Amino acid sequence: MSKEKFDYFINGEKGKYEVVIGLEVHAQVLSNSKLFSGSSTKFGADPNKQVSLIDSAFPGMLPVINEECVKQAIRTGLGLNAKINNYSVFDRKNYFYADLPQGYQISQYKNPIVGEGKVLLDMPYGSKEIGIERLHLEQDAGKSIHDMDPSSTYVDLNRSGIALMEIVSKPHLRSPDEVNAYIKKLRTIMRYLGTCDGNMQEGSLRADVNVSVRKVGDKNFGTRCEIKNVNSIKFMQMAIEYEANRQVELLEDGKEIDQETRLFDTKKNETRSMRSKEDAHDYRYFPDPDLLPLKLEQKLIDDLKKSLPELPDNKKERFIQEYGLNSYEANVLVSEKEISDYYEEVAKLSDKKLAATWMMGDLFAMLNDKGLNISNSPISAKNFAELVQSIKSGEISGRIAKEVFEIMVESGDNPKKIIESKGMKQQSDPKQLEKMINEILLKNKDKVDQYKAGKEKLFGFFVGQVMKLSGGKANPQLTNEILKKLLKG
Amino acid sequence: MSNITNQSLSEILESIKSKKISSLELTQAYIKNIENAKKLNAFVTTTFDQALEYAKKFDNKPNNEQLLSGIPLAVKDLFCTENVKTTAGSNILNNFIPSYESTVTKNLWNNGAFLLGKLNCDEFAMGSSNETSFFGNVINPIGDHLVPGGSSGGSSSALAADLTPATIGTDTGGSIRQPASFTGTVGLKPTYGLCSRWGIVAFASSLDQAGPMTKTVNDCSIMLEAMSGFDDKDSTSINKKKETYSKNLKDNIKGLKIGIPKEYRVDNMPKEIDELWEKGKKILKDLGAQLIDISLPHTKYALPTYYIVAPAEASSNLARYDGVRYGYRSQKGKDLIEMYENTRSEGFGDEVKRRILIGTYVLSSGYYDAYYLKAQKVRQLIKKDFDDSFTKVDAILTPSTPSSAFKIGEKTNDPVSMYLNDIFTVPVNLAGLPALSLPAGLDKQGYPLGLQLIGKALDEQKILNIGYAFEKNCGYKNEIKKWWS
Repeated sequence: MSKEKFDYFINGEKGKYEVVIGLEVHAQVLSNSKLFSGSSTKFGADPNKQVSLIDSAFPGMLPVINEECVKQAIRTGLGLNAKINNYSVFDRKNYFYADLPQGYQISQYKNPIVGEGKVLLDMPYGSKEIGIERLHLEQDAGKSIHDMDPSSTYVDLNRSGIALMEIVSKPHLRSPDEVNAYIKKLRTIMRYLGTCDGNMQEGSLRADVNVSVRKVGDKNFGTRCEIKNVNSIKFMQMAIEYEANRQVELLEDGKEIDQETRLFDTKKNETRSMRSKEDAHDYRYFPDPDLLPLKLEQKLIDDLKKSLPELPDNKKERFIQEYGLNSYEANVLVSEKEISDYYEEVAKLSDKKLAATWMMGDLFAMLNDKGLNISNSPISAKNFAELVQSIKSGEISGRIAKEVFEIMVESGDNPKKIIESKGMKQQSDPKQLEKMINEILLKNKDKVDQYKAGKEKLFGFFVGQVMKLSGGKANPQLTNEILKKLLKG
Repeated sequence: MSNITNQSLSEILESIKSKKISSLELTQAYIKNIENAKKLNAFVTTTFDQALEYAKKFDNKPNNEQLLSGIPLAVKDLFCTENVKTTAGSNILNNFIPSYESTVTKNLWNNGAFLLGKLNCDEFAMGSSNETSFFGNVINPIGDHLVPGGSSGGSSSALAADLTPATIGTDTGGSIRQPASFTGTVGLKPTYGLCSRWGIVAFASSLDQAGPMTKTVNDCSIMLEAMSGFDDKDSTSINKKKETYSKNLKDNIKGLKIGIPKEYRVDNMPKEIDELWEKGKKILKDLGAQLIDISLPHTKYALPTYYIVAPAEASSNLARYDGVRYGYRSQKGKDLIEMYENTRSEGFGDEVKRRILIGTYVLSSGYYDAYYLKAQKVRQLIKKDFDDSFTKVDAILTPSTPSSAFKIGEKTNDPVSMYLNDIFTVPVNLAGLPALSLPAGLDKQGYPLGLQLIGKALDEQKILNIGYAFEKNCGYKNEIKKWWS
């Protein structure tokens, strides 16, 4: 496979700039209850229906760590090939806001639960390693609703206290495409692990994006701006694009970049200053005296490591080895755990390579068309495998298979049954085919003569006639062979 | 019967068990006392109707198997009580009625006691004289011009004035022991983590600890037994087997080693405090204990350390009082920030604001290392001093306070002199240790003075035993004329 070259640069009059990006991804932990209270974490409940006295910070209420959330953070850390810290500390990040009931967010500051790790990206120009700086656990805030009433703000605390993992990357990303690949990879890993559902529409995955630019070849980083709380990959990419160009323009004009926090306006497609460094909050972090430091037994970490599912990078390797797929196919088929499971079930019962081709072609196209996921595919893995086998064995042709596939989508029926009842079986009996072809050749004597005189393009015409007469069921390979033989004679 | 309320909790319990008096009669006697003692301003809220109802219920079906069978109790207004207003002595919680019961009070009720009312205290337990309460200062029954100590001043006053047979307070830097000392009563700050903090309005989380305030050491052991215990709702609660302090109370202290720390002899300490300390040493020595001179070299840093750590935690703990969800909300202000500013300006008193400011300052970027971080390091050294000493001694004897009860208003405009009142009590909180304040004598004005016994972590039984023996041989008795009724 020929590799493309990395080419995301911004050209100015004074030089060529590269974009340096680091992400702080906030991933909602998959858990039944919140980080420090027993309230439910289900999405979509009526406002303030999933709020305990702890989440709403009543006097005398105390946080108690949810063990499952801790395990989820460890699992995620292991999935990011990261160091798990046996000792970590919860700190208070102090600031006032109406949807922050305690007046502080419980987070981890100096001692996070997970240290350095890495994520591997498959880019068209080769694979690229993105360093992870750290992962820490923290509480989500509630939600302020400003548009329900002209003079009041409403607050919904359902989200208040839900566990988040903040995953901080090193400034290793260099383009919006890499950001796209990075977020998707993180999402895939966490979905494999079952630690975050990665649902960006529901806000389970959001990111703060740090962007700076520098001339190609410069060793030092430029001044960065942080774009807060972007909740879709598309917006992240747009924001980076805008922000990087804004910064280059400033530099080209000989101006300086202010280190600041910016917001991305999705309507105007631009970033806007939110607060400068001078106005930055002093969060007055200090260890939360209501919580003891989190001390993890090595055994717990080891046990969790042993029970981890196979992760996408490993699975990809295995797919290449075991199923003879190429890197691209393997990549696509491991991109979701459910897809890989489906593929493996199909591959076990049918031709591995053909199964991959058909899955990535017709099956994905259909799912995409209908807005479905693999897990609610109208075609079961078993039926799909049978379809693949019918093609492989020559029972039906690829063209007929597409028809069978359509019927399977509509009816959910078994392909054998469809082929049987609709008489779609391929005509593979050489004698019958020969008879049919002879009839065609007799009827088109003039064309046979032309063919023999050198007009070989007419071969396609004869094939077409065979297919027409057989209702498309003639085995194409056999038809070719017989036709060639008879036309020679 | 008329003087039942003069008696100790254990004597009253006997009377209830032997049916010499009914719970209803007892409750009525206290209600009468309380109604006659409004001048003391010890109560913020009374719950007479529900107390009488509970007493009747108890009398109809007495269960005498409990530690506190049929006993009405008033508690510090820092404990959240279900459906009963809980103010923490602050305007900002002036209208706050919790829907939940603190673990400690629930433990008391589960042991047969019931609520008589909520006792005044310094605002958010910040004070040493009960003068910072939004509900006005409390008066010491010892004299109408004296403070009852703080922050559990309503508790000490009510106890000494026979308005409750026993009570509970909280102690962050001395808030149980100092008011006990000022009123001639017994006060215990347990080991940090022995009593759950769940449902107690927080002041400084790493220091706060609830404890009993009683007339006798035996009462103290009964109350501690009833209120303590592991609570999985408090992450700092100690998971250990429950002890039966009262059953195990012994007055034989022969051979125990009592440490006398030289650093507790501070400059300008009144002579009578020194004499009291000498008296205490002699009593223990005569009982067969061995006195050992020890050194707690970092003691002098305890007060400054405390006044960094406690306000730092408080500044964060009190951030939740913002007028958004409960409590007082100012009607002034045109946006969220102004609402916060007005609510907190109007809701908090001066001392609370002072400590929020100090706390915010010491946690600020650029100052954190010099103040908060350094204070945490010193705190470890203070703790280590105690750890080292406890390899040599069983308990440590010190004065409880550097003076007897002072006059109302005397220190109001001098916070540092007010803070100095905690000089003997704060090291114990910083180290998380248990300490018992015992009434030990009177100064020349006739005001009570206390001595403090400090124990190893979770060694409550030992200091109670020493206190029990001390009490029997000290001969101290509170003689309070009921001048207010």
